[in-house]
Amino acid sequence: MAEAIELYREGLRFRARSQWELAWRRFVRHKPAMFSLVLLLMICGAALFAPHIAPYGLNEQDLARGSQAPTLRGLHLFGTDRLGRDYLSRVLYGTRTTVWVALVVALLSTAIGTTLGAVAGYYRGWIDSLLMRLVDFVLCLPFLAVLLIAAAFLGRGSPFRVAVILALLLWTTIARIVRGQYLSLREQEFVEAARAAGASDARIMFRHMLPNSLGPIIVNATLTVALAILLEATLSFLGFGIQPPTPALGKLIDDGKGAMLTQWWLVVMPGVVIVVICLCVNFIGDGLRDALDPRQARR
Amino acid sequence: MLTLVGRRLLSSILVLLLATGVIFFGVTSIGDPLATLRQRPGVSQQTIDSIVARKHLDEPGPIQYGYWLRDVVTDGFGTTLLSDQPIWPELRRALWFTLQLVLTAEVIALVVGVGLGALSAKRQYSALDYSTAAVGFLGYSVPIFWFALVLQVIFTNLFRATGVRIFYTAGLSSPEAGTGLAFLVDRAQHLALPVIALAYVHVALYSRYMRASMLEVAAADYVRTARAKGLRESQITRKHEVRTALIPVVTLAALHVGAVFSGAIVTETVFSIPGMGSFFIESLQQRDTYQIMAFLVMSALFIIGGNLMADIAYGYLDPRIRQPPTTQGVGGRPPTTQGVGGRPPTSRG
Repeated sequence: MAEAIELYREGLRFRARSQWELAWRRFVRHKPAMFSLVLLLMICGAALFAPHIAPYGLNEQDLARGSQAPTLRGLHLFGTDRLGRDYLSRVLYGTRTTVWVALVVALLSTAIGTTLGAVAGYYRGWIDSLLMRLVDFVLCLPFLAVLLIAAAFLGRGSPFRVAVILALLLWTTIARIVRGQYLSLREQEFVEAARAAGASDARIMFRHMLPNSLGPIIVNATLTVALAILLEATLSFLGFGIQPPTPALGKLIDDGKGAMLTQWWLVVMPGVVIVVICLCVNFIGDGLRDALDPRQARR
Repeated sequence: MLTLVGRRLLSSILVLLLATGVIFFGVTSIGDPLATLRQRPGVSQQTIDSIVARKHLDEPGPIQYGYWLRDVVTDGFGTTLLSDQPIWPELRRALWFTLQLVLTAEVIALVVGVGLGALSAKRQYSALDYSTAAVGFLGYSVPIFWFALVLQVIFTNLFRATGVRIFYTAGLSSPEAGTGLAFLVDRAQHLALPVIALAYVHVALYSRYMRASMLEVAAADYVRTARAKGLRESQITRKHEVRTALIPVVTLAALHVGAVFSGAIVTETVFSIPGMGSFFIESLQQRDTYQIMAFLVMSALFIIGGNLMADIAYGYLDPRIRQPPTTQGVGGRPPTTQGVGGRPPTSRG
């Protein structure tokens, strides 16, 4: 108590903290999210620098050492496949594709969704009803089936095409969220003030309203990353996603499933990597939600 | 209520027509549907011409769509593109298998998910609560196909090691399945693993939803009143909390039919179950537009039915919404598109 009074006499020193600083402090305090962030950065780093880190090349064969279970000998930590290719290296290369695709999907679908949602929420009218009908339309078909059809007819196995297809089907969630945000924001005083000051519609939408809805957008973009990883893996597994020679985790599992009863690592290892990445992303999304939107924080 | 149902049904049919139209044009205009057939050796020009004539492939798109629509209504989806087989008999058989799988999985997921969710809300921050949360997080992060494969590896190796057959890892029945009770047991042994694989993700979804819903209800005034008038805790839970908390979860389950169908595609492929999912993947591999369309219409019908059931169940369970809903919250209709924590309840395999 005395200490506090002493402190008060000296005069309290304040340092104004910005919104983002506060959010970052809340995020750092969320331990699972921080741990996940570090782990995810490590995995992404390893995947990004796969050519430098991987102990073996992607297609480096050693027939004498085929079908080995995970072992320290020769540093085959994830074992080897039938042709003696180091599975850890293959998984690292596959992770690179998978993460790259997921990031493209998240960026693209967020950009599309935010723009369309903003336009719909800001102008309302026919754009809004068109968007909502489109959402109805998407909702009345099984999502995975539509995705599979699009991938089968348009994908042709290239990672970029697969990413674009996923993004074109995943933007609706974010558009709906942004639309909701804009519907309530457009009635607020600061928007009216900006309009009175003569700001253009585009300026109001993206300079004034967008920063106010960034929280949910960022959270949703994070969750989209996890969803995109799972969907891409499923597509590749079913043979409608990424095709060889590009390595992908789903394809690795598909190739390995023929021998999985005796060589479990062929299926288990790539899957574990998918699960770990998605867990990390989901925890980070959780931490971000608590940090950026304290009102919605989980009880 | 009846007018509400009628209106929804009408708008659903319009949406369905639009959706099939868009997909039909999309799929037929992407490329020559007979491209793979033309490349196959030993296929004569005559065969190809006969297919073109039979399916009116030389006519413009809207006319092809018209013929397709006529076949759907009058002839049970017509015939397949390549081999001129009638679609409906096979589709019906596939549907029956898928329904067995999906209904069992959904009922189990709902019971387990609701139970876990309610328990973890009653014992908030207990070990049970944390492990349910962990199960939930895993459910959002595990690909169904991988989980199914791991189950197969474990149970096949278990069988090889011990010689005791607990669950079968592929197919739907043994060659000599027997009849009556023996048949049922055999079928259950085959269905167990696919059901587990399919139900797991939904257990995660329902338990988190139920927990959030229960916590919201527990803070309500009428629960405090019930406690104040001296009801036993078990009665408060059963009669006042769970009943109210169930409303959004049950409606979510009905809205969830589409996701369930998506999940079945993957599960059936892994466990080689000759259901709708396998039917769909097969037709996709053959690029058979007419089979693909049949699958889509069939599952869209189920989804529309599910949405309708959600509306009815919701109006039945919660008299307040016979007026238009104003807020989401206790007993509020679950946001159709946004699951727990902004995650869409679209299944992602």
